[in-house]
Amino acid sequence: MEKNRRSFLKFAGISVLGLGSLSLLDGLTSDGVIASSGQTSAEATFKTTANALTAQRWGMVIDTRKIDGGICKDMEEACHTAHNVPDHEEKRHEIKWIWETEYKHAFPEKTDEFLTERLKDLPIPVLCNHCQNPPCVQACPTQATFQRPDGIVMMDFHRCIGCRFCMAACPFGSRSFNFRDPRADNAIKHENPDFPTRMKGVVEKCNFCAERLAVGKQPACVEASQGALIFGDLGDPESEVRQLLKENYAIRRKQNLGTNPSVYYLV
Amino acid sequence: MLEKALKGSKAYWIWVFALLGIITVGFSFYLKQLDFGLGITGMSRDVTWGFYIAQFTFLVGVAASAVMLVIPYYLHNYKAFGRITIMGEFLAIASVIMCILFIIADLGQPMRLLNVLLYPTPHSMLFWDMIVLSGYLMINLVVGWNVLDAERNSVPPAKWLKPLIYLSVPWAISIHTVTAYLYCGLPGRGFWLTAILAPRFLASAFAGGPAFLILLCLLVRKVTKFDPGKEQIQSLAKVVVYGSIANMFFFLCEVFVAMYSQIPEHLDHLQYLFFGLHGHGVLVPWMWTAMTLIVSGIILLLIPAARKNEAVLAVACIFTFIGIWIDKGMGMVAGGFVPNPLHEVHEYFPTFPEVMIAVAVYGTGFLVLTILYKVFVGVKTELAA
Amino acid sequence: MNDKPKIIIGLIIFFAVFTFPFWYNHGAASSAPEVKLTEKAKAAKQCVRDTEFMRKEHMQLLNDWRNRTVRDAQRIYEIDGKEYMASLSNTCMDCHSNKAEFCDKCHEYASVNPYCWDCHTYPKEKK
Repeated sequence: MEKNRRSFLKFAGISVLGLGSLSLLDGLTSDGVIASSGQTSAEATFKTTANALTAQRWGMVIDTRKIDGGICKDMEEACHTAHNVPDHEEKRHEIKWIWETEYKHAFPEKTDEFLTERLKDLPIPVLCNHCQNPPCVQACPTQATFQRPDGIVMMDFHRCIGCRFCMAACPFGSRSFNFRDPRADNAIKHENPDFPTRMKGVVEKCNFCAERLAVGKQPACVEASQGALIFGDLGDPESEVRQLLKENYAIRRKQNLGTNPSVYYLV
Repeated sequence: MLEKALKGSKAYWIWVFALLGIITVGFSFYLKQLDFGLGITGMSRDVTWGFYIAQFTFLVGVAASAVMLVIPYYLHNYKAFGRITIMGEFLAIASVIMCILFIIADLGQPMRLLNVLLYPTPHSMLFWDMIVLSGYLMINLVVGWNVLDAERNSVPPAKWLKPLIYLSVPWAISIHTVTAYLYCGLPGRGFWLTAILAPRFLASAFAGGPAFLILLCLLVRKVTKFDPGKEQIQSLAKVVVYGSIANMFFFLCEVFVAMYSQIPEHLDHLQYLFFGLHGHGVLVPWMWTAMTLIVSGIILLLIPAARKNEAVLAVACIFTFIGIWIDKGMGMVAGGFVPNPLHEVHEYFPTFPEVMIAVAVYGTGFLVLTILYKVFVGVKTELAA
Repeated sequence: MNDKPKIIIGLIIFFAVFTFPFWYNHGAASSAPEVKLTEKAKAAKQCVRDTEFMRKEHMQLLNDWRNRTVRDAQRIYEIDGKEYMASLSNTCMDCHSNKAEFCDKCHEYASVNPYCWDCHTYPKEKK
């Protein structure tokens, strides 16, 4: 009796384990995305939009000489409206993709006792740097944040489990977490129907307006910047951003960390 | 053997139901968190990990500390620990379960937890953490249970257990190493960016874990007929004091490097924790309390006469345990986030619902521990009778 | 072995609890809801794929769409020489602007709770 029960339990246990690991192996061996699309549609294909803007490596040059508080406000407004970024009353729940800060906060390691007067009080817009070597992508356990071939560091809100490891990893504080439902309490004043909102419990950040690039438009902040922000291909020596970098001295945030940001500041 | 947990005194059942009550109350707060989001906690855009991850980090240490019984007993043939090694392994089981629950409590989208398996990502330390934690849980369950079962039947443990026991030694080290790697590989966080984070984690674990185990031993002796043994408790006390001194040594190394080099990215966090930064210092009294407790614990444990007095020993263990709990939990996690990457100070302190959810997780851990220890003590007293 | 009655009572209770959903819902089965199409959807005759496929696989299709759009920046879904923007809010909901009648009814019946609408917008319906 004892013997039988034991062997039965053993057998059952091993079977369950075996079945479990089988499905795990299944998940490990098949690339979910590709495999599933193959199954449903043999004759259907996906492609990029015809008028999409493309680049080897997207980058941005911020000309601080052309920036003022008003422009910063406009850029923030344009971005946050375009992406349905909620405006929560509670400071702890704050979400921001692009915002203005002071020089000493944007470049804490480059502050100086005798900093030029102009920079001291200048509003500096900060956003995700779309690092070439992004620590957030390295940290993410589900590849919910990933790097596209054109350098854009994207969020897949469908896959994010909300562990916030990426937020600990980001050396620029560029990421925000939905501590509550972004649609609650009318936090999104004017919902843009062309872009989704998020749900509570996922991380979000600037996406270099990937959805606008796909339809041939420049990022929203660049459009609102009155020429202070220049967006283009860092991989193309002829591009405007590369020309600007060739002719001007530019700095980047926390270069010493080796993340290789794609956002440059002309000072 | 599990049936031993179903028969107990009135006090046993009162304790079990009290724990169930605590779990229920805490769980109701968790339901609220599921509904509202993590906004009910004190965490923010700047301090993105808080009380939950602090408890997780601390408890990984408690789990790993079982190795301080396994090494002397199985590798050095220190027979005395044979009596309590299973207690260490069962404590590890309860701790790992709490660790996993704290991770789940901290997730914004807990229903998507299995995405970690669905999209395995070896370059993420969290992926490895999941592997080592679940592996450690399995090893301790299998080893602890089977060794106890063999003891009950008065036969030597099965031969196939030996390699598993040996494996548990490096595995225990690995769980806390990987936990430290979660923090110390992040480029922008000067407080954590130190190669001795993993060694320091292990040192504090080998102080805090055995300190708790001593308290459990004293408790078991008081409320049951099983005596874990004087010699065993004294040996554990020596482990605690070695661990605690190593922990303080590593800490002073950190302090030296930060203060002597005076590199702001490293210094500012210590400054914030112990003296406050830009007028913010909510953790200052906590940190000094922690340091005072740890140092007093070391002094009490170093004096042989004090150590041998079990009442003093208990006090020293409580000091050590609470001191490390504050330092490694709150100090380590919140201290790393303040100041934030833009060098702004946004402070963190847990909210009431957050603490209640943590209490519920601890309740669950204690319930598991109670059941496992009930079985253990039941088998031991049965053999003695 | 004098636990026989206990075991049998236990088994009966287990069986009763285990089969509870079946006898609780016995006879209460409602018929599958009819999907209501808008005028625009009717006029289009066919969705991006045939009705049979859409009925069975629309969730898989949407999953592909979102993965391709978000992860591969491939926003165009091409089939039988026709191109569609792979967008739930802007393509699907353009025709199927009656979410309550078209989506919710079936989802409720099948007791599935897709979280699409937590983030994606849908046309405001007039009551």
